[in-house]
Amino acid sequence: MDISIQDGHMIDPANGINQVIDIHVSQNRIRAIGEPHQEFKPERVINAKGCYIFPGIVDLCARLREPGEEHKATILSETRAAASAGITSLVCPPDTLPIIETPGMVHMIQDRANAAGFCDIYPLGALTVGLEGEKLTDMATLLDAGCVGVSNALKPVENSLLMRRAMQYASTYDIPVFLASWDSWLQGNGVVHEGTISTQLGLPAIPEAAETVGIARDIALVETSGASAHINLLSCERSVFRLGEARQRQLPISASVAVHNLLCTESDIGEFNTLFKVIPPLRTKQDQQGLIEGTERGDISVICSDHQPHSLDSKLAPFSEAATGIAGLDTLLTLAWSLVNNRQLKAETVIAALTVNPARIVGLGSY
Amino acid sequence: MSKRTDFPVQFDQNGKLRHFLTIQGLSEEILTGILDIAHSFIDFGKREIKKIPLMRGKTMVNLFFEPSTRTRTTFEIAAKRLSADVVNMNATRMSTSKGESILDTVKTLEAMHTDMFVVRDRASGSAQLIASHLPGHVRVINAGDGRHEHPTQAMLDVFTIRQHKQDFSRLRIAIVGDILHSRVARSQIHALNILGAREIRVIGPRTLIPTDIEAMGVGYANNMKDGLEDVDVVIMLRIQRERMDGQLIPSEQEYFARYGLTEETLKFARPDAMVMHPGPINRGLEISSSVADGSRSVILDQITNGIAVRMSIMAHLMGGQEKSKWT
Amino acid sequence: MDNTVSNAIDHLAEQVSSSTIDEPLLIGIHTGGVWIAEILHRKISFNEELGTLDISFYRDDFSRVGLNPQVKASTLPFAIEDRNIILIDDVLYTGRTIRAALNEIFSYGRPASVQLGVLIKRTGRELPIQPDFTGMELDLGSHQQAKLYQHDGILGFGVDEVTAT
Repeated sequence: MDISIQDGHMIDPANGINQVIDIHVSQNRIRAIGEPHQEFKPERVINAKGCYIFPGIVDLCARLREPGEEHKATILSETRAAASAGITSLVCPPDTLPIIETPGMVHMIQDRANAAGFCDIYPLGALTVGLEGEKLTDMATLLDAGCVGVSNALKPVENSLLMRRAMQYASTYDIPVFLASWDSWLQGNGVVHEGTISTQLGLPAIPEAAETVGIARDIALVETSGASAHINLLSCERSVFRLGEARQRQLPISASVAVHNLLCTESDIGEFNTLFKVIPPLRTKQDQQGLIEGTERGDISVICSDHQPHSLDSKLAPFSEAATGIAGLDTLLTLAWSLVNNRQLKAETVIAALTVNPARIVGLGSY
Repeated sequence: MSKRTDFPVQFDQNGKLRHFLTIQGLSEEILTGILDIAHSFIDFGKREIKKIPLMRGKTMVNLFFEPSTRTRTTFEIAAKRLSADVVNMNATRMSTSKGESILDTVKTLEAMHTDMFVVRDRASGSAQLIASHLPGHVRVINAGDGRHEHPTQAMLDVFTIRQHKQDFSRLRIAIVGDILHSRVARSQIHALNILGAREIRVIGPRTLIPTDIEAMGVGYANNMKDGLEDVDVVIMLRIQRERMDGQLIPSEQEYFARYGLTEETLKFARPDAMVMHPGPINRGLEISSSVADGSRSVILDQITNGIAVRMSIMAHLMGGQEKSKWT
Repeated sequence: MDNTVSNAIDHLAEQVSSSTIDEPLLIGIHTGGVWIAEILHRKISFNEELGTLDISFYRDDFSRVGLNPQVKASTLPFAIEDRNIILIDDVLYTGRTIRAALNEIFSYGRPASVQLGVLIKRTGRELPIQPDFTGMELDLGSHQQAKLYQHDGILGFGVDEVTAT
């Protein structure tokens, strides 16, 4: 069917478009932007006046719980939610059960995504066997099987020598390395930001240094290994500064932020509200501001959902024992856009951080 | 996002105190009311029949997920003096979401028509969690949740201070030791600030002092000489021996030499300064025996007062708020 | 002093002093009963000090009305074991205050006897309790409340119309 979408406000950062303009579609492809080809006769005209039009969202960090925890969510349920919220591609970390460390697992996930038919799933392969930080996986094989990068999910590799070798090996085959950059020892058993809230509530705390130390190490390893790295989920202002310096030196390194870290702070935890228990933790107002400014500058180039669906009872526990993470696919766009409405971020910045920037990190050619 | 800094779970919609979970968020009026009523319970232990019928026919469950004979016993005596039926539960629970959760245990007991729970648990926030998942008529008292608060202990401490020193606005109080892991210290700091104490100081090595403690309205000193200067009340906290394993302090000897309360270090405080300790005491680790048993120590008063103060707190929670028909 | 009140007190004092109770102890119930008992204690010679009771902790409507924040400590500056007690209250209405006071007295020990003196005996009893000494009697409906008050040290009493609770 030939369709014309008229008078919509199109934001397409890859092509530098940010204006009210018509779009003409034929056989599910955009054929023209602006004036259509002379012979184009649309069978259907959609009036998009007052609407925004932008490319499909690419969420760089979403957990689907399948395989392994289907009582919480499934590929079908999560891709359906994603598609209804404007997300067309999902990148999922390898910490499923079993872990994504074999080609068979990659194929199975992609087959199930295709069967569901709502959006594309791009798995990350495990960086080390069992995510245990001791032995490298066959990451080139995982790349061939369809992984768009490798990652150790939420378990940073403590052994710096092993991490360096992992980066060197990955760089051989241009495999992007996704990092949770924090120091495991400083992270400890912490559940909230170390500050006034952790002190008042008496909760084990995660100091800012857990992240800044981790990022400093990983930047140094990127610099000497030649790997291209993506640091998943920054939470403090000082990390953003470290990353800005690295980018000024033209290092092949990028970073993302979870949308809730842009919108919330430690004080939202209030009276032990376990819904706000996330890793990395919600930090201070100043950190929140630093993350927003870092996103506007481009030091943080990706906003993601860090979607972690849970069953109700896993949040009905004392704070330090409740499940970590919050569901976010459905709300990723609206929450990110609220920053545009509040004039904290430019519309182009938000759309680029949701679409073209993550697409380039995982090498999706169509953006 | 809404910012919530108050702790509303412990109040009902009319603003009446329903649970006793945290000192944070309570008014001076509520604290003073509890202390005043506790005062009239003090002589009760001397009567021939040590019972009054305020909780007659009510069932109180002492639900201790973390063992503590002392605290449990004072709650038990307090409830029995109010004529309640008391059930003691030393419960165990899993730390993960597998198995019976803390809420499952509580709801099972609630189904047996419990009127009041006294809860102790190793996790911060457990009391709030339980209180917010029980029907409106059931009361919860926090007997210590993780490192968060131990509000009844703080109330008996300020009661003991008030017995000896009248006016809080003239008092300087020092809290010495492991503030980081101490729920008692957090509740004490809130209570003393609400009652208008002139100055509160915490003393200890930086490893045992939480970040941004100043935001709770206290000052910090790294040594006893500066910290105890002009102080009217010295509160010593228990040092858990496992803190040495975590390398928060290098050794017992070094700790006692810097922060132990002895006849000599007590001289830094005012000559009439009183010495408190929530117990149990590690003699020779945080306090010398001669000070603990000396004339300035009110450690045994604290224990005695614990019963009257807990009776008062229970009475405050159990009472209704209709208008009285008879005079 | 209000004439009615002063006459009633005289009447009550007369009965108490002419009674043949052996070495009685006088106990007033907070707040009005203590005022009356103080006057009686001055008028009639007792060997011991006056005792006072605050029955708040023994009330049977606690679970509905809660504690009075101004609870006063009960003070019995004597041993009551095997002694004869005269209990004084201002208004005897339902009888529940006296029931609570008896409970509290017995938590201190076992007296030989307890007799009751009230300034005003009004209608509306809900328990089988009657005074041994009475200052005056009033016939009041359930919508009316007799109340003793003290203003600048002067006792008076009034009848309030109460709205249904």
